[in-house]
Amino acid sequence: MSVRAETRVQPAPRVVPVVHSKLIQAQTRLAWILLAPSLVVVAGVALVPLLQTVYQSFTNARLASERAVSFVGLQNYINLLQDADFLHSIWVTVQFTVITVAIEFLVGLGIAMVVNSNFKGRGFMRAAMLVPWAIITVVSAQMWKLMYNDVYGVFNDLLVDKLHILSSNIAWVSDPATSIPAIAAVDIWKTTPFVALLLLAGLQVIPGDIYEAARVDGASPIQQFLRLTLPLLRPAVVVTMIFRTLDSLRVFDVFYVMFGSRPDTMTMAIYAQQNIVTFSLMGYGSSVAIAIFVIIGIFVIAYVTLLKVEAS
Amino acid sequence: MPANIVAAAKPFAGQKIVYYGGNPDAGALEATATAQFSKDTGIQVTFTQRPNDSTESLALFQRFFQGQSSDIDAMSIDVVWPGVLAQHLVDLSQAMGDDTKQHYPGIIANNTVNGKLVAMPFFSDFGMLYYRTDLLQKYGFSKAPLTWDELGMQAQKIVDGEKAANPNFAGMVFQGKAYEGLTCDALEWIASSGGGTIVDASTNKVTVNNPQAVAILNLIKSWIGTVVPRGVTSYGEEEARTAFGGGNAAFMRNWPYAYTPSQAADSPIKGKFDIAPLPANPPGKPSGTIGGWGQAVSKYSKSPDAAIQYVRYVTSAPIQTWRAIAGGFVPTIQTVAEDAQVNAVLPYLKSVANVERVGRPAGVYGDNYNQASTAFFQGVSQILGGQDAAQVLPGVQQKLQTLLA
Repeated sequence: MSVRAETRVQPAPRVVPVVHSKLIQAQTRLAWILLAPSLVVVAGVALVPLLQTVYQSFTNARLASERAVSFVGLQNYINLLQDADFLHSIWVTVQFTVITVAIEFLVGLGIAMVVNSNFKGRGFMRAAMLVPWAIITVVSAQMWKLMYNDVYGVFNDLLVDKLHILSSNIAWVSDPATSIPAIAAVDIWKTTPFVALLLLAGLQVIPGDIYEAARVDGASPIQQFLRLTLPLLRPAVVVTMIFRTLDSLRVFDVFYVMFGSRPDTMTMAIYAQQNIVTFSLMGYGSSVAIAIFVIIGIFVIAYVTLLKVEAS
Repeated sequence: MPANIVAAAKPFAGQKIVYYGGNPDAGALEATATAQFSKDTGIQVTFTQRPNDSTESLALFQRFFQGQSSDIDAMSIDVVWPGVLAQHLVDLSQAMGDDTKQHYPGIIANNTVNGKLVAMPFFSDFGMLYYRTDLLQKYGFSKAPLTWDELGMQAQKIVDGEKAANPNFAGMVFQGKAYEGLTCDALEWIASSGGGTIVDASTNKVTVNNPQAVAILNLIKSWIGTVVPRGVTSYGEEEARTAFGGGNAAFMRNWPYAYTPSQAADSPIKGKFDIAPLPANPPGKPSGTIGGWGQAVSKYSKSPDAAIQYVRYVTSAPIQTWRAIAGGFVPTIQTVAEDAQVNAVLPYLKSVANVERVGRPAGVYGDNYNQASTAFFQGVSQILGGQDAAQVLPGVQQKLQTLLA
């Protein structure tokens, strides 16, 4: 018997207009009606203030001031581009983001892989590792600030008095050279568990038998990691990186508690807060907020384009 | 209780006013005074605690005023806010009349914006030098230093001697963090060295960039790392107080509030310290930045007259005497400050009576005060961080002059 290979040319698919039945139309209408209240709330709470901020960024509004509010067009944005303080704050924020996200990712991946494997007390470990993430940021930042204190802090006590590794106390928070590493350590301690958790979720989805198959084929653990784990983990990695980068770019609480309004460690969010709350400059402050929004948007677009996740 | 004020207030009995004031420490005393006022006069006062942080309190009041709300009648305001809030406050000069003459003229002037008295002085604060009497004696100094150079010299000798036993011993601690407190400290350094008071009110010109200011700021900068710990650039009032109060510093600049906890029964330095005016480099005179709070009335209030009587009552001499004795609040009335009972509880008042009280340029900057103060303290913060004052001050001067326009 011979096998006939048939090649048939499929006719080009016709574009058929989709006509829903009356039932589906009624259901769609019902869906919109049921969703309407939520949409109204979201619009009121999120959309309206956003549009208001955009509008205010084109004015010179001031809180509780007798001076008349006038439209200044793009003047706020032009001033912003020349504002040395704002440009420096972008640099501080980006620096902080790159350091923390990179280290958190590497350490978090390691922790996730460890916790993914089978060992006694694994369940307890998974819960316990989340404790730093659970503590309120302001509280943990204040704790760390006390530990970093140059007179009575724990770190200096250990390094100088007990272990004699250093000869004199270091002012971790005040010394410009150690400020960024010090605060990066605080953020890494706090957020690595969160990264580990997200990556763990991604790891759990990977079926175990492919590792068996790879082992049978003679792949080393490193090859398994690079060729199997990482590619299959990519969706989780993208989500984690986007989350962490967005959060880092908007960082406020830990910097505010540790440094206050110190000029050389101001982040974008602190600069916005200073303008809106401390200086009551609603117009200029709004333009700072919109600028932050745009900068973060650029990062998100970059991520999604560079780490294209194809639909499987 | 002040009989004449009670009599003047009785006609308004039955009206209701809302008063915002008192951070958690001061709240108890203010609540008592408010209740007494209500009992004496029949005016119902609702006492609401404002946020602890003064920047947040300012934001809160501004939001009330933005909405022209009548939900707030009287409030206590920081000494640097008259300029920012003047447009929303009632002019008290007519209603207070001769009562204003009792208070220190400097504070009344600070609270007057464009001829309008917008707040009555409630209690006063000013910077003082705290020093360890036992250590001065141990190292052979007969009295507290009179000039900044002398303080540096004394502090260095004490640090050299104490370092062996206590490696974290600091010569001097003060408020070096980049915040409003640094503006207060730096203003004292500059004013007491003949460097002016940031802005010359009579000519409306910024004067901060001058040789005396450069000299004193560079002097303080040279102490960082030797006589003053590096960490002082993250110190607020509390950090300085705990360093000095724990026995780890020879000198401290702080507000009067630090006196009472340091004299508490369990304080390590009880009885071992005293207070003196801050040093001065001639031609400057010993100075203290004016702090403290005042009482004001909102112009959107529905019962302004009742609120005015409340303000008169709580800023009167009998109430100030009671607050000084019960809570250690420094009075703003000269006769109260000289009262024997008050001096028994606050023995340092006599030694700092002649200190020149200098005000921050809040009135002249008005709405822009926070920006101006930020430009100033950020410049000083850069100097303390190591930059040369001669390089930093011209930029600060220029920023401040632009904001004045």
